[in-house]
Amino acid sequence: MVFDRLLVVASLASLAFLFLVFELIRRRRLDEGYALLWLGCGLFFLGFSIWRKALDYLAELAGIYYPPAALLLLLILGLILVMIQFSVVISRQRHQIKTLTQRLGLLEERQDRLDESQDKNGSVKR
Amino acid sequence: MKHLIIIPAYNESDNICEVINSLDGLGRDFEILVVNDGSKDDTVTCARTAGRAVVVDLACNLGIGGAVQTGFLFAAQHGFEIVIKFDGDGQHLASEIEALLKGLRVDGVDVVIGSRFITEGGFKSTFSRRLGIRILEMVNSLCLGRRVRDNTSGFRAYNRQAIVFLAENYPAIDYPEPEEVVLLARNGFNVVEVPVRMAPRQGGSSSISPGRSLHYMAKVLLAILMTHLRPVVK
Repeated sequence: MVFDRLLVVASLASLAFLFLVFELIRRRRLDEGYALLWLGCGLFFLGFSIWRKALDYLAELAGIYYPPAALLLLLILGLILVMIQFSVVISRQRHQIKTLTQRLGLLEERQDRLDESQDKNGSVKR
Repeated sequence: MKHLIIIPAYNESDNICEVINSLDGLGRDFEILVVNDGSKDDTVTCARTAGRAVVVDLACNLGIGGAVQTGFLFAAQHGFEIVIKFDGDGQHLASEIEALLKGLRVDGVDVVIGSRFITEGGFKSTFSRRLGIRILEMVNSLCLGRRVRDNTSGFRAYNRQAIVFLAENYPAIDYPEPEEVVLLARNGFNVVEVPVRMAPRQGGSSSISPGRSLHYMAKVLLAILMTHLRPVVK
């Protein structure tokens, strides 16, 4: 049955996904903060892939005739949430880079002035 | 009283030296600060050659909001009483600075905008640009409950309270002028306009190209709306 086969594929894909996330954390390529979200996603999909009744029930509840479509819908919603989180993180980092750049610029100006006054006072140049 | 003239500059090597020299006539209590916003040309060298200006060189391009805020941080740190914001492209006239300062001396005034529209005086622009400025005028007037005509003018003077406030809270978007007006008014600062003359650009090209103006308007309007909806900071 096509239906069953899809669920097997989905379970295997979820497991592979979980393994990938796990490996990335182990190799310190992924911060735990973001990893939790991804692990959550992976477990969520694994759960739905295996526990078919839940998917059927959810599909019926949402008025979706073809249950695997509900899985896809959830997947897409999950991805959108993750992408919004990325936008938030990028915005925050942009803000942090701005502050760093400003502080660096002001510090350099101050350093230049200190160097100048040192030169004027005849102290030893570095 | 210590005055700081903030000149944000991005790729202004053609104009910056002339602009700094044009400020020569101002007295001893005026310091000039050029904030180079990660220019790709010789803006820093040109500004340093002029001799009179302190130059802060930002390592990467932050957009005008970030550059101007750097100036306010400098002014707040070094105890300046008054800041004058001045364009690096030669549009603003040194001779009009006194008009701004006169406006700032009026009791209870915190910020003065040098406005091109109050009097009839040689401000010509493209239709789309005037339309944009008109929409901003309407939106800001709605937000403030009174009319501010020239919301995009960057020629402004600020007192100490406004300096300290903006060092912390300056809008970080690319074209911050209209948002700045709403932000200041919303936080209880008294913003007034005085008529000034401005020169047409001497060289280089405006930072707002026609293709980008729609994007600009959308961004600015969203920023204004959000500023209006945010709680008062001060």
